[in-house]
Amino acid sequence: MDNYLLISLILVPALAAIVVAFVPREKISEIRILSGIVAFALFVMSVYAFINYDKDVGGYQFTKDFAWLDALGIQLSMGIDGISTTMVLLTGIVSFTAVLISWNIEHRAKDFFVLFLLLVSGVYGVFVSLDLFFFFFFYELAVLPMYLLIGVWGSSSDFVTFIRNKEYAALKLMLYLVAGSILVWVALLAVYVEGDMNSFSLLKLQDAELSEDFQRLYFPMFMVGFGVLAGLWPFHTWSPDGHVSAPTSVSMLHAGVLMKLGAYGIIRIGVDLLPQGAEYWMPLLMILGTINVVYGAVSALSQTDLKYVIGYSSVSHMGYVFMGLATLNATGMGGAVLQMFSHGIMTALFFALVGVIYDRSHVRDIGILEGLSKRMGWTASFFAIAGLASLGLPGLSGFVAEVLVFIGTFKDYPIFGVLGIIGAAITAVYILRLLGKVFFGPISEDWKTLPDANNVEKFSAGILVLFLLVVGLYPKPWMDLINTGLSPLIERVAGL
Amino acid sequence: MNFWLFIPEFTITALAFGVIGADLFLAKENKKYLPWISSIGLIIVLGIALNYLLGKQENLYGGLFLIDDFSMFFKVFFLILGLLVVLISSEYVKNHIKHPGEYYGILIFSILAMMLMAASGELLTAYISLELLSFCLYVLVASGRYGEKSTEAGVKYILLGALASAFMLYGISQIYGLVGTTKFADINLVLIADNSSSLDLGLIMGIVFLVAGLGFKIAAVPFHMWAPDVYEGAPIPITAYLAVGSKAAAFALLLRLFSNGFISIMEDWQMVIIVISALTMTLGNLVALAQSNIKRLLAYSSIGHVGYLLMGVVAMTPLAFDGIMLHLVGYGVTNLACFMCIIMLYNTTGRDDVAGYAGLADRSPFLAMSMSVALFSLAGLPFFAGFTTKFYLFTAVANEGLIWLVGLAILNSLISLYYYLMVIKAMYIDGSDDTSPLVFSRYSLGVLSILVVSIFVVGVYPGPLVELIQEASQSLFSYIP
Repeated sequence: MDNYLLISLILVPALAAIVVAFVPREKISEIRILSGIVAFALFVMSVYAFINYDKDVGGYQFTKDFAWLDALGIQLSMGIDGISTTMVLLTGIVSFTAVLISWNIEHRAKDFFVLFLLLVSGVYGVFVSLDLFFFFFFYELAVLPMYLLIGVWGSSSDFVTFIRNKEYAALKLMLYLVAGSILVWVALLAVYVEGDMNSFSLLKLQDAELSEDFQRLYFPMFMVGFGVLAGLWPFHTWSPDGHVSAPTSVSMLHAGVLMKLGAYGIIRIGVDLLPQGAEYWMPLLMILGTINVVYGAVSALSQTDLKYVIGYSSVSHMGYVFMGLATLNATGMGGAVLQMFSHGIMTALFFALVGVIYDRSHVRDIGILEGLSKRMGWTASFFAIAGLASLGLPGLSGFVAEVLVFIGTFKDYPIFGVLGIIGAAITAVYILRLLGKVFFGPISEDWKTLPDANNVEKFSAGILVLFLLVVGLYPKPWMDLINTGLSPLIERVAGL
Repeated sequence: MNFWLFIPEFTITALAFGVIGADLFLAKENKKYLPWISSIGLIIVLGIALNYLLGKQENLYGGLFLIDDFSMFFKVFFLILGLLVVLISSEYVKNHIKHPGEYYGILIFSILAMMLMAASGELLTAYISLELLSFCLYVLVASGRYGEKSTEAGVKYILLGALASAFMLYGISQIYGLVGTTKFADINLVLIADNSSSLDLGLIMGIVFLVAGLGFKIAAVPFHMWAPDVYEGAPIPITAYLAVGSKAAAFALLLRLFSNGFISIMEDWQMVIIVISALTMTLGNLVALAQSNIKRLLAYSSIGHVGYLLMGVVAMTPLAFDGIMLHLVGYGVTNLACFMCIIMLYNTTGRDDVAGYAGLADRSPFLAMSMSVALFSLAGLPFFAGFTTKFYLFTAVANEGLIWLVGLAILNSLISLYYYLMVIKAMYIDGSDDTSPLVFSRYSLGVLSILVVSIFVVGVYPGPLVELIQEASQSLFSYIP
């Protein structure tokens, strides 16, 4: 049975999308319930994978291969190691809570859930594929529905001096991400040809003899190509616009999980297949990652739109992931992967709560929102927890991840470590300012009638908060898992 | 000589005459049976072809006409394509074409011509088959009932087509004059036997003229000028047929000719095709950005696809030929689905500009979804045929060390995504004043569903198809000593 776990993670949402496509569009509640059941089932399967992954054995588990196209040596081969198991759990949590948050969608609800389920299927596919073709297949599949999800169900931003409409954001996101995947595609083909094994299998290609020059030439293509999706500076500009314009649940999934696909791609394909190239180029990634941290934080500081603050804070937090990866040591990379998990949960929580506030008040302007905690106690406390996790308060998941990243960075790049900590300090400034202004302090007349989050929203946010706390207080299961995944990788890099 | 080997060609000729003949005797109200007669006839021909010829490797008339897995693959491809074109035509013909009997009859003749083209092993046979195809297409393009556009398209096509034929014939005479034979296999033998270090300039001229003539048929840059106007003016099902059928037939000939005839002097012509390929894909996709008519947009997008296919010709390996044939199949079903949507919308609203697609997602969700599937497949996004076939083709070409050309092709895919997204934006995001739901016949919805499902099948489960294609390209390479 276990062997079919991973294929189910892909097929269940894909088949559900097909089933939903045939349900008459008037039956909105049936569609919602079906999507909810599917998302819950995926959540349970993801938790099952997380618990049953045998850390003592390590390596790829739950493996299963299906023949697909022998002519090119393509197999649908699946398996998860410690890193991907963590990501599968993240996907399960975020997609389940995101479906709950989008419960109230009325406008073309059927189309929305079809695309959403396809997106989930694509994300799972990337994390469980061990074949480069299918990795890329699902990677593109995860990008495909975004245009419509933002363009149809998104919202435009109206600033004093300019308007960012949702069509602009959707197109920008789509073109940036596909442009990134062009680089990935070319580099994949180059690895396939240079590897000369007539196989796209990741495990086989690990043994291919790739010359150092080749690795140095093609690693940047993976780094930038995947980096675009992970929000790497200076290719991050689609991310705040896209996440702000997207509907709540799509922002949750996109900022929470899809950006991690990019970082995961750099680890799984970039570092794993081209370790020498990685070693050569990592100082550049460190520089760019540090710029991400500081630039993202400074930009977040100057935003007046609640969602843009969160959008730029995502850019800033993804910077820690890049910094951690760039260290290429166990501590830093472990921190990076934990930061991927922690940021995924945290940012999903942020977007969910901003969605709740916007849904009630139809305002996202920090200048107008005041003292919401008086009326929206639950929302305010959840937001405070997410904010504290974001600024790295001990006891929450963000602290553990960031500390590991900083320790890893100080080993080789002390100056960047200092800059990273400065970034964390700026984060504290904008988060505390936001909390103080929007939630605490005197409430203005306009907001005295706002209702608090409803039970579904509370439940959904509660799940996310629970994981923030558990990882913060007892990160051992996560760290053990991540380290089993990272140790062979680090040996490969160190062995050269 | 075993004339049984010719039986699919005999029966399809009989079918074409039969359809034209039936048209004479059928009363006006019974003409609606013509598409049924044609499609059942084509299915019978398909059955006969599969029954008599499957797996045979023989030739007729001393090698003028070859029966092998390659020609068999294309026979089946063209017959199924013809069947699908008849199916997507039937409602359009009812409303917009004056002489249905001739339309279907000539369509079937053109299928015969394409079958002959894929099977010919000699230049003159190939030329005559090509002319038969061209004449059928000239008539079909001009068969629109109303409007000057159809006539204009027909005239433009016939004039430029005649010029291309002249080029080709001149190329053939040049080659015959210098090599002394027109059979592909013999040309190859002569070229191998020739020990001189450089190629005769006359022979290079001959090949260049041949490439120009065939380049016209596949609408490769710089011989593409006719395509947008003809695509726009022709009846819509014929546009679909031109985009898929005549292209596939010309590629079948191109593959056989260049692999069996000119492979030994590959270095001499490779660069020409590389340049044409790079120009074709880049120009096609860039100009498509500026189009506001959906037929013109798809015309330029099809030019872009020709550029991708030509990369496979450059690579000249069995794997690359697999890629070309697979991409032809994938592009074929996708394009037919796309044109079926265009026909359905045109039949109900009379619109064929991109703005006419505004608000389609509310007016007919199924049509909008099918169109999006087809467009995403053309752009090469996964789950759909386009992704898998492009990936195969690009991998095969990259295998021959042409990674920069593949990079250009992938960049072009990004450009193409932009203009496909503009159509999707119109359908899903832009609103329209007219929100009345569109109603379609069950028949057309059924045909469209078949095509959309095929896009998914080729995209997700290409294994069996690829096996057939591999046999076809192996048989083609088996002629090379």
